[in-house]
Amino acid sequence: MSGAPLLSTRGLSKHFDGLQAVRDVDLDLAPGEARALIGPNGAGKTTLVGMICGRITPSAGRVMFDGADITPLPAHERIGLGMAYTFQITSVFHALPVRENLALAARRRLKGAAVQDAVERALARVGLPRDIGGQAAGNLSYGHQRLLELAMGLVQAPRLLILDEPTQGLSDSEIDGFKALIGELKGATTILLIEHNMSVVMDVADRITVLDGGTVLADGTPAEIHENAAVQAAYLGTG
Amino acid sequence: MSPETRRILALHGGLLLLLLGLQFVLPAYHHGNLARIMVLASYAIGYNILFGYTGLLSLGHALFFAAGMYGMALTIQYAGFSPAPALLAGLLAGLVVSAGLAMLALRTTGVAFMIVTLMFAQAGYLSILYFGEYTRGDEGFVIQTARRMLWGIDLSDPTNRYLAALLLFSVCLALSLWLVRAPFGRVLVAIRENEERVQMLGYDTHAHKLGAMIVSGTISALAGAVYGLLFGYAGASFASVQYSIFPLLWVLLGGAGTVLGPFLGTLFMFYLIDLSSGLTTAYMLIAGVALVVLTLFAPQGLAGELRRRLWGWLP
Ligand SMILES: Nc1ncnc2c1ncn2[C@@H]1O[C@H](COP(=O)(O)OP(=O)(O)OP(=O)(O)O)[C@@H](O)[C@H]1O
Ligand SMILES: [Mg+2]
Repeated sequence: MSGAPLLSTRGLSKHFDGLQAVRDVDLDLAPGEARALIGPNGAGKTTLVGMICGRITPSAGRVMFDGADITPLPAHERIGLGMAYTFQITSVFHALPVRENLALAARRRLKGAAVQDAVERALARVGLPRDIGGQAAGNLSYGHQRLLELAMGLVQAPRLLILDEPTQGLSDSEIDGFKALIGELKGATTILLIEHNMSVVMDVADRITVLDGGTVLADGTPAEIHENAAVQAAYLGTG
Repeated sequence: MSPETRRILALHGGLLLLLLGLQFVLPAYHHGNLARIMVLASYAIGYNILFGYTGLLSLGHALFFAAGMYGMALTIQYAGFSPAPALLAGLLAGLVVSAGLAMLALRTTGVAFMIVTLMFAQAGYLSILYFGEYTRGDEGFVIQTARRMLWGIDLSDPTNRYLAALLLFSVCLALSLWLVRAPFGRVLVAIRENEERVQMLGYDTHAHKLGAMIVSGTISALAGAVYGLLFGYAGASFASVQYSIFPLLWVLLGGAGTVLGPFLGTLFMFYLIDLSSGLTTAYMLIAGVALVVLTLFAPQGLAGELRRRLWGWLP
């Protein structure tokens, strides 16, 4: 890894009432890298990325993006700087057509005919059939809603794409498509991927950060993490 | 132009042409009613932008309607304004009041938003009563015919009044049609559906809601100003809670979040009350039952059902 990191966190912490969900996390993502964030259920992964993209206010710590301290910025301004976030719990506009879901995501940076072009490209890219574009998003199958969620992230052409368990609910072939997609994005787009499926993690991640009980348990290349005994212990039976 | 856009323009333009045609054939009684309905429907269009499209339920829009009405009437009465600048004064009054209330009320959401808007509208109503020396309180005051000449056109004349009402309605309808199909309006609809998601797509949802409330309040105020001018009267009853509930009912009946809904709802309810009061003194009972039936069988309102069953493209 070389050059200044695109994203850094320092001492990032969050407690909900008594519960310390995230404790003192330092993270550095180099431009273009694909980082996987793994850990057992309740480890604090969603809370951590929530603080990065501005959904959740940290109890302590700082977030730096592209050299600037963005800790005080509201979520929409962080998105405006080039972050995109896809929700763990699918959060699409159920009553609106699939194309309008994507157009909303695209229109913040594009205008006119370019919006439609970007929408069609995003649909194709995640492998959603074109003819579902006119349907209400709420009528899609769960797997297709997950793909739509992913496409809404892509269509923003972000510099940092944060994906919260994108493969949950996808079929095997869709998961293969997802791996290929991340492979294409990598390099141009920095990716922070929360993922439970270890085959996806091992295939696409340049580095892996393991979170357990709100703290960073380990950090390293897929090979290093694979060898790590502490990680094996944390994951015993949860793989 | 896409076929869908052409269809939408044909439908909405067709309604306006129909209303223009009716000017020449309607008997005097219904002619007068329809003029009134078009102005009130313009008020409902304003309300619909905030409630139907943005999903914010205000219980205080009478404040905006009355701000427009008194902004117009007081400047005619006491500052010697002619109708054109008086209308502008009404519009500006609505702009200022809705911006002020938006900044305060949008700190809250849900029920708290309803209560805050209701309280401020009540405060407005009480202020009108308090300054009864100028506003003539509940009794209100008449704007003399001589002062209702707009560029030499006598607005107390039924034909002129009808055409003026139609002009206002056309402007409001076109504005709302344009708005809800423009990127800004699409974001409002998205906020109604899932505000957090809109935020995470990088939109400033607070700024959008602020904009929606100002547009909504200003259209409502313009309708209030025109109403006072065309019918020659301003009174505190237009600031009462009843006039905050009316647009909510009209929009619900006609179809919240549809461009035609406000007109259909206003027309329907106006004649429902008109016809039932001709039959019995318990007319509110008949009106109430009809409303319950409609809510049960057409929960999305008239235009909403039309969209669900027949015309999926209806904006
Ligand atoms: N809004 C909240 N209020 C209270 N506690 C919360 C809140 N959000 C998360 N938590 C708690 O914080 C801890 C971390 O939750 P988080 O959702 O970040 O975990 P996660 O690693 O994403 O888990 P999963 O793999 O199940 O998605 C959990 O114990 C959770 O119950
Ligand atoms: Mg999670």
